Parts: sequence; C-alpha cells; structure tokens
Amino acid sequence: MFHLNNSVDVKPREGVDHQTIETVKNVGSHYRHGWETEIEMEYAPKGLNEEIVRLISSKNDEPEWLTEWRCAAYHRWTELKEPNWAMVNYPRINYQDQYYYAQPKSFEQKPKSLDEVDPKLLETYEKLGIPLREQMVLAGVEGAGESPADGRKVAVDAVFDSVSVGTTFQEELRRAGVVFCSMSEAVKTHPELVRRYLGSVVPMTDNYFAGLNSAVFSDGSFVYVPPGVHCPMELSTYFRINAKDTGQFERTLIIVDQGAKVSYLEGCTAPQRDTSQLHAAVVELVALEDAEIKYSTVQNWFPGDENGKGGIYNFVTKRADCRGDRSKVMWTQVETGSAVTWKYPSCILRGAGSHGEFYSIAITNNHQQADTGTKMIHLGQNSRSRIVSKGISAGVAQNTYRGLVSVHPKAKNCRNYTQCDSLLIGDKCGAHTVPYIELRNHASRVEHEATTSKVDDDQLFYCRQRGLGEEEAVALVVNGFCREVLQALPMEFAMEAQQLVAISLEGSVG
Amino acid sequence: MLSIQNLHANLVEEDKAILKGVNLEIHSGEVHAIMGPNGSGKSTLSYILAGRDGYEVKAGKVLLEGQELLEMEPEERAALGFFLAFQYPVEIPGVGNMTFLRTALNAQRKMRGEDAISAADFLRLAREKAKHLGIGDELLKRPVNYGFSGGEKKRNEILQMAVLEPRMCILDETDSGLDVDAMRQVAAGVNNLRGKERAILLITHYQRLLDHIEPDHVHIMADGQIVESGGPELALKIEEKGYGFMSGEAN
Ligand SMILES: Nc1ncnc2c1ncn2[C@@H]1O[C@H](COP(=O)(O)OP(=O)(O)OP(=O)(O)O)[C@@H](O)[C@H]1O
Ligand SMILES: [Mg+2]
Repeated sequence: MFHLNNSVDVKPREGVDHQTIETVKNVGSHYRHGWETEIEMEYAPKGLNEEIVRLISSKNDEPEWLTEWRCAAYHRWTELKEPNWAMVNYPRINYQDQYYYAQPKSFEQKPKSLDEVDPKLLETYEKLGIPLREQMVLAGVEGAGESPADGRKVAVDAVFDSVSVGTTFQEELRRAGVVFCSMSEAVKTHPELVRRYLGSVVPMTDNYFAGLNSAVFSDGSFVYVPPGVHCPMELSTYFRINAKDTGQFERTLIIVDQGAKVSYLEGCTAPQRDTSQLHAAVVELVALEDAEIKYSTVQNWFPGDENGKGGIYNFVTKRADCRGDRSKVMWTQVETGSAVTWKYPSCILRGAGSHGEFYSIAITNNHQQADTGTKMIHLGQNSRSRIVSKGISAGVAQNTYRGLVSVHPKAKNCRNYTQCDSLLIGDKCGAHTVPYIELRNHASRVEHEATTSKVDDDQLFYCRQRGLGEEEAVALVVNGFCREVLQALPMEFAMEAQQLVAISLEGSVG
Repeated sequence: MLSIQNLHANLVEEDKAILKGVNLEIHSGEVHAIMGPNGSGKSTLSYILAGRDGYEVKAGKVLLEGQELLEMEPEERAALGFFLAFQYPVEIPGVGNMTFLRTALNAQRKMRGEDAISAADFLRLAREKAKHLGIGDELLKRPVNYGFSGGEKKRNEILQMAVLEPRMCILDETDSGLDVDAMRQVAAGVNNLRGKERAILLITHYQRLLDHIEPDHVHIMADGQIVESGGPELALKIEEKGYGFMSGEAN
C-alpha cells in the first residue's frame, strides 16, 4: 500500500478534488472503478444482423439517410476481416454473443433536464470521482455552474453505456455559438453538419472495428465550433461501460471551423468483470483553416485482474483531418487501462503548414497488452509533426509502439520528429518499437529516436533512502519518465493522470 | 546512537567478502570520521547501513537507537532518522528537486505519524536552507540532480539533509569535488546540524574537510576493518605520512 498525497505536484483544488484524492488514496491494490451500478436496463437482443442495426437506428429516432448509412456499413463490415497484424493476443471474439444496445429503463423517454435523470446514474458519476465540479453540475447542484476562482471550466457530456445522460454548461456554450451535445441530439439539431462530416475522416470501410462501429454506434459526443470562436471552456466526455456483455461503440465527431479553437478531454472507466468486454469507438476530428484542436484522453478501462482475466478490449479508431492550411491537431493520451489496446490516433496533414502532434503514455502491467502509436500522413507542404511516446511495461505485459510517418512526394519541406522511450519494470515484460517511415521527397526531413531502459535500482534505492516506499518510488520515477507528456495534458487531467500512473503500477515491484 | 558490532558482509553477485568484522560505536552528539585507502569498504559499509540490495550480511549486527537496523526496509531506516549523503548522488530525470524532497519529507512524516507539511510551508523551509548552502532557485526547480555539476550534487545532498533533519548522518566523500567556497558552505551546513541529538559520520580522504568540521574521533578503515582509531591528530598523521606507516594490513 502506498500513498499518493505527496507524490503529486499539482495542488488539489477546492471541493470535489479532495474527495477524488481520498478515493484514489483508498483504492489499495484494486481497480478503483470496479463497481457496478444496479440500474434496470433495456437490451436489444444479443447478436448482430440488419434487424438489430435498424432497431438501434429507430431507438435513436434517426432519419432515413442515417439508417441506410448504418445498414450499408453493416453489410460492408461482414466482408471485412479482423486485423491480426498487431502484437496482441486475445481469444476470438464471438460477435454474435454480444449485446449491441443497452439503455437504462428510465431513459425510455429521454430526460428533458438533469432533474429527470435517475439519481442512480448520477451516483455513478459521483463514484467515478473524475468529474470535479462538473459532476455537481451534472447532479444539478445550484450554483455549481458559476465560474470557479481560477476561471477554468469544463463542460461535460456523460455517456453511460450507450446513452448520453446530459451535457453541462449548455447555455454558456450556446451563447458562444459552440455546439456540444450527444451525437443522437446532433443528428436532430444539426443534420446537415453530421451528414456532411460523419465518416468523412474515418470511412465505414476503413477497418473492421470502424466498420462495426459505423453500423451499431449508439451515441457519443458532437462538437462544432464556428469560425473564429475560441471555445470558452474545456469540453469533456466521460464514458462508462456498465452493462454486462455489452459492447460499447461510441462515435465522436468534432468539427472546428476556420480560425476556431477547442480543447476536448475524454475519460473512460468500466466495472470490474471476469469476462472481457469490447469497446470499438470511432473519433473523427476535422480542422479547417487555422483551426486548432487539442484532444486529450485518460483511458482507464478495466485492465483485467492480476491473472489476465476480464478487462476491456479497446479497439479504437481516432483520426484527425487537418484539412485547412495552418490547422493544428494535438493528441494526448494516457492509456493505463484495458486488457488489450489497439489504437493509433492519427493526423492527415492535408493543409499547407498544418501541424500534428501526438503525446502518449501507455502503461501495461500484469497481463495487459498494448499496441498503440500514431500515423502522421504529410500531404500538405510545410506540414510538421511531432511524436513523443512513453511506454511503460511491468509484470508480464507487452507494450508496442507502432507508428507511421508518411511524407507524400508533393509534400515538400515537411518535418517530423519522433521520440519513443520505453521503460521496463522487472524482466518478464516486453517493449517493442515498430516505426514505419515513408519519405517520398528529398526536401523533407524525418527524425526518429528510440530508447529502452529498465527502471533503475539506484534511483529506487535513492528514493527509498530518503523515505519513499518502494511503490511510491516507482510511481515517482515513472512520472518523471512521462513528464513531457503529462505536461501536455490540461491541468484538470494532469493530476488524475499522475495518480493513475501510480495506481496502474501497483504490485509491479517487490 | 549507532552501534556496529562485528559486521561481516559479502557482495552477493561475486561472493566476495568486503566487510570483515567492522566494529564502531557512535554516540549522539559526536562527529566521527572514517578515512582509509580506496576500495577498503567505506562506501560499502554506508550502503549496507542504508539497506541497499546486493550485499549479504554474514555475521554481526547493527543497532540504531537500540533497534535492529539491518532488519528494516530502507525507508523505515530513513523515517527513523538515518541519512546517507551519497558519494555519487543519483539523477532522477523529470522529477522536480522540490517535489522529490517534499515527497520524501512527507513520506517520513507519515511513517512517524506526523501531519504532512503544506506546499507553502515546505517551500519556505527549503528556500531558507538552500540560501545558506548557496543553492539558487533555479537548481531547486530542476529535476533531481539531473545535469547538476559534481559540486552542485553534493550541495544538494546537504540540502536534503538539512531539510530532513536526520539523527544519524553519514556523509560519503561529500567534500570531493567541492570548490573552496562550496566547501565552506557545506561545512557550515554540517556544523549547523551538529548537536546533542544528532551524530555525524564523515567518510573522507582529506584533512581539508576536517579543518572545517572538527571530528571527535577518527578511524582508519583498511581491507574491510577498522584498523586504527584515535582523535583528530590521527587524520593529520595520515595527511602527512599516508597509510604506509600503519601495519601491513592497511595496504
Ligand atoms: N558491485 C560491485 N561489484 C564488484 N566489486 C565491488 C562492487 N561494489 C564494491 N565492490 C568492491 O568492494 C570493495 C570496496 O568498495 P567500496 O566502494 O566500499 O570502497 P571505498 O572504501 O568506498 O573506496 P573509495 O575510497 O574509492 O570510495 C572494492 O574493492 C570494490 O571494487
Ligand atoms: Mg567510497
């Protein structure tokens, strides 16, 4: 057992923060989000066929074009093959033995305001401990939406199993002209935008999991920031898988218009179960001229137990299209959960002078497997990309960085810098770096640096001589190793992420 | 304070005997110095006392304030007031010097059942101690020892000692690599900590340090044993004549 309160340098803020820290401190060696909420659920029958796809569509009250789009995706999916090139091993998934739709019974009629939300649901978010002040907003606490002292705000969209339970700060966002709502809502309120951009970055045929998602996606978040608007607060979605044997297929679409700016955070947790669960999300980002998107993820799906039982299979397709000149996208991810992670947030650098960044921390402990990285596709001249990946393996875990940097013949004067560092804890785990570089013109430059090191006994001993417990010492050293990436996270997530690093490495030494 | 009784220890990997029966009694309020040829086992002794892995104690025991030191985890020894200023301080990239020290202090306080010190109080304390050691704010903000010069690292060890206020301090060649001014500042820092409640053991090769910090007792270690003990004059004799004047086993 170790204690976190001293190992973080970020000062906790007033209010819920302290509770969050308490929760984190008291977790011991257990996954802290492993509880399950007892809420009556309504399921679509197990298995997948066109009927189910149509059912999901009708549950969401969708227009015909979308129903047909889903059906098309379903039929294309049946022709696609599950990828097997990643360095991950998992038992065959029986796609007919899953539920593809689950919603809380109390949601048959969607709530018009948060007051109508089942208190059990809100309790769930409370237990998550993640949403700070925003959770009070979700719970409808009066005054909780007021400006905090430090002037930072986060608007939250919460997605519970397949359904969005509510979005905070709607009024203020509306005044700024920002649209932030659930995907199902956006289909109704902004059909033209959804229809124009959905699938335009990640086509339904892109890969097996994206195809599956296109057919059965249930909900997710939608963001539109109009020209010139700098979104006045961080936007955030918390995803929670609760129902058993239910896959989660959320779909996120973010469109940032000319000269506009947004920072978006995504947090995920799931209950502790001894059967594995499938998560296949798709995230599409569109950045027009001079637009800026910062997308941060703290992924803490249940990783399975010490023996590798249970856990989330996380097969996610995230891609940004830097369509406009000088547009900029920055992906930051902290991947600590999941039994299997298959994820490559990418940037298509189409605009001239466009800019892509990828900062990643991937931690695997016990039997976890991660194959993650990025793709930077340079199509526009003068485009730039930067990749910083920190992989940490402990136990018998395997951690692979897989990254593609591709520079098109016409994309002159491009630059890429990649730095890939792996840290091993113990001698039964593995770290692998698989860079693919396609440089098709001489006026561009691609640099790749990689290091692999073991956690240094002398460092640990030095920490312990000064009074730190062994696990606390490991957490501190690993947090130091990840610092560059942690610093790329918004303040709200930086502390959470530091604590996650500590938690996910529990039991990795001694 | 510290009682080392007939300590024999091997290197685990090489199965090689390094300490061959060390005996040493240090009482609170005293300052001791250990000198001795390179490779005689001085650092090994300090590492074993601090609880580093890789050694096997074959015989003997060590008591710190009456408690069996060798049975404790390194961090428990630290919380009990045992401190080692390393001959080669370790770099920890990415971890802020102040974060590290505050984490350490609070970890010790927690083990002792004391309340954590607030970030603000800590910063005040650390700045104050740093000033006396000629350590600027810039060094406080950098990662622990990372890219520090040799002398800066040694000063940083003394800063940690000043903040943690241990009761039994071992300084392993803290003087080597220090310029004249740093030597004076470090010596002043150590002398500041001298007191009835505390004992200090200096490991050094040079009289120069002992000019600034006058020891009560001086010991000569050779080939894994304390072969001679005396007062400050013993150090002067070594400075003058080297280790050659002693019996054959010192070489
Ligand atoms: N890890 C190791 N592997 C092999 N030999 C070792 C190891 N650690 C220590 N030794 C040996 O043990 C002996 C004692 O070393 P130690 O560092 O304690 O000497 P010292 O008295 O501190 O010397 P110095 O004055 O040079 O600092 C030396 O012969 C050294 O080579
Ligand atoms: Mg030595």
